Amino acid sequence: MAEVAAPQGPVATGETLLSVRDLGKTFDVSAPFLNRVLQGQPRVHLTAVDDVSFDIPRGSTFSLVGESGCGKSTVARLVVGLYRPSQGRVEFEGTDLARIQTRRQMAPLRRKWAMIFQDPYASLNPRWRVADIVAEPIRYHGLLSGGQAIRTRVGELLELVGLSALDGEKYPHEFSGGQRQRISIARALASEPDFIVCDEPTSALDVSVQAQILNLMKRLQRELGLTYLFISHDLAVVYHISDYVGVMYLGRLVEWSDARLLFSNPRHPYTRMLLDAIPDLEMSGRARTPVGGEVPSPIAPPAGCHFNPRCPFADERCRSETPMALKVGVGEVRCHAVEEGRLPEPESA
Amino acid sequence: MNETTTFADSAGATARPRGNRPVLEVEKLRVEFPTRKGTLRAVDDISFHIDEGEVLGVVGESGAGKSMTGTAIIGLLEPPGRIAGGEVRLEGERIDNLPYEKMRRYRGARIGMVFQDPLTSLNPLYTVGFHLTETIRTHSDLSEKQARQRALDLLSEVGIPAPERRIDQYPHQFSGGMRQRVVVALALCANPRLIIADEPTTALDVSIQAQIIRLLQRLCREHGASVMLITHDMGVIAETADRVAVMYAGRIAEVGPVQEVVKNAQHPYTEGLMGAIPTIGGTHEDLVQIKGSMPRLTQIPSGCAFHPRCPKAFDRCRRERPELMPAGRSEAACWLHDPAEKGRRRGNG
Ligand SMILES: Nc1ncnc2c1ncn2[C@@H]1O[C@H](COP(=O)(O)OP(=O)(O)OP(=O)(O)O)[C@@H](O)[C@H]1O
Ligand SMILES: Nc1ncnc2c1ncn2[C@@H]1O[C@H](COP(=O)(O)OP(=O)(O)O)[C@@H](O)[C@H]1O
Ligand code: SF4
Ligand code: SF4
Ligand SMILES: [Mg+2]
Ligand SMILES: [Mg+2]
Repeated sequence: MAEVAAPQGPVATGETLLSVRDLGKTFDVSAPFLNRVLQGQPRVHLTAVDDVSFDIPRGSTFSLVGESGCGKSTVARLVVGLYRPSQGRVEFEGTDLARIQTRRQMAPLRRKWAMIFQDPYASLNPRWRVADIVAEPIRYHGLLSGGQAIRTRVGELLELVGLSALDGEKYPHEFSGGQRQRISIARALASEPDFIVCDEPTSALDVSVQAQILNLMKRLQRELGLTYLFISHDLAVVYHISDYVGVMYLGRLVEWSDARLLFSNPRHPYTRMLLDAIPDLEMSGRARTPVGGEVPSPIAPPAGCHFNPRCPFADERCRSETPMALKVGVGEVRCHAVEEGRLPEPESA
Repeated sequence: MNETTTFADSAGATARPRGNRPVLEVEKLRVEFPTRKGTLRAVDDISFHIDEGEVLGVVGESGAGKSMTGTAIIGLLEPPGRIAGGEVRLEGERIDNLPYEKMRRYRGARIGMVFQDPLTSLNPLYTVGFHLTETIRTHSDLSEKQARQRALDLLSEVGIPAPERRIDQYPHQFSGGMRQRVVVALALCANPRLIIADEPTTALDVSIQAQIIRLLQRLCREHGASVMLITHDMGVIAETADRVAVMYAGRIAEVGPVQEVVKNAQHPYTEGLMGAIPTIGGTHEDLVQIKGSMPRLTQIPSGCAFHPRCPKAFDRCRRERPELMPAGRSEAACWLHDPAEKGRRRGNG
């Protein structure tokens, strides 16, 4: 596979906190060994993430969107080190995470990031009191010593996310979904991280509660200067929260750009299709281009551009050659038609 | 008046037949669950109607009672849940007290159903074709051969490519989107007067959601069926429904024409809900926040159930329960719209 033109330096003015380069992850999804031998089945690999590159400037929010199974969560897990990359690298403040060998080298870096998951219940230990859940990163990283100091800090964290210090005595099941997500956020903030990876943090919540959490996340970002990698399939949420947005399709980052530009002037045919598909609360009555087809299996993605079977602009080259990332404005697009200048302007302004 | 629609004569109809006669009337419907701790009321005295050819959207956050209302109407409440009061009429005929066998025949023939998970409507042991031909033959006197032909036509009508190849396959051989297409075909195959669709697209990806919504909309129009569309997605409602009912804590908070409810909400809950939804192209400012969350059934507040969260609550709200009353071009269950209150408030300045 050819080299991708890596973007030069930080994408915006300001320092790059996280840099992802040519990142790839392949899973072995073969049938069990014995079945393979007996039935003569070959090994099967699934490329969940393929050659993904982007930068996140400090203090900003970079979101990944895309349909289920496109690889968003896998990127999130690679970035926080829950998976080892099959290819490429993740650099945090200029340090290549794969080069770090020992726990001791990792520890000071490790406390600089945290993760919030979709299901606030599954990610909180039901047998622990909330105070212990929130205190866990403080104890793990040895940030404070002494029961009283930790208790005080936990109380502050709970109040920071809109709960009461007294809530520390309760157990997770005594809280609603939105309150549990606040607890996850308090825990994530406990190690005083610079960077938080949020994987669908509001997808399990009702809209009124989602609004509370999104407002909270924005307030914390302003007050604490946090950087977010935000993952969601909800484009309106992403529009609302992001500075930069990347669109994934079958493991590849097909386009990324400034959030407002991406939504007002989408380049990639898939981005256009996604934007066209979402129902419109504004009831503008705009005409839609119907989109056919479904996302193909990631085990055997179409050759060339993975989107070619559904793309109205596909040609011979699209069916055989993988499009490379092309710099467009502040962002990048992977599409032959964009590169060849044969893509019509999007219909809606 | 009660003309029987056949497959043939409905196929050509393009305009949505609109009469003033309601297809469905629900009056003071109450659904209760006896539990050890006492009786829980999931649906509390709600009344609404759906006109011929009309799409009524039912929205609300989780636990509002949307699905319970739908399942009560089609007589599929799981015991110990039961209808504890009120009436349901289909084309003027009372159906909430029908014997089991008769109601079973009405389901499918006169009321079609589409649920969130297509697998609840499809038996994994039977082929897609078997599901369709069985339903067609139960509700018509077509021969087996004719029924199969009809099933093939339906499959191509709902956009299944190569139906002759697909008809003898099993549900698990279809993708999620394809299965939901089959369920739509199944719901429509006896030309019912009413379709109840409960979160028909929630489990699907954005691009597939749009396909299914459009399909449902087009087919119901062509077949002249009215629709009760239950969803928590206001965007889907805004694009699909004629009128919308907003549910909160087992009651209807507001009901009215869709543009009115979205753009000119009359109930403080609806107003908060609309402001809480992020929109593409909207501002990046904070979303409207409703404090707290929906109460549990065991803790429904007195008077107006919304009062602890309502920024406009006043004394009377805590004591007396408001019923739906005229409010702008809609109806809202809120004391602010009581002419007596309006007079009083004007007096106060
Ligand atoms: N541990 C694993 N083993 C095998 N395959 C995996 C594993 N984790 C992820 N995959 C596959 O990788 C692809 C990307 O998965 P990922 O969970 O990142 O998708 P996603 O976009 O976050 O989806 P969703 O929105 O459904 O959560 C999927 O096809 C998934 O089935
Ligand atoms: N089997 C049951 N026993 C007790 N309560 C139930 C049962 N099923 C549903 N409920 C309650 O009824 C209320 C309405 O449920 P439902 O109609 O499913 O809500 P939704 O609007 O999310 O579809 C909820 O508070 C739910 O917890
Ligand atoms: S590369 Fe070709 S197939 Fe892919 S999105 Fe661009 S035009 Fe469509
Ligand atoms: S009745 Fe009172 S509490 Fe209820 S919505 Fe109206 S103003 Fe608010
Ligand atoms: Mg995921
Ligand atoms: Mg439901």
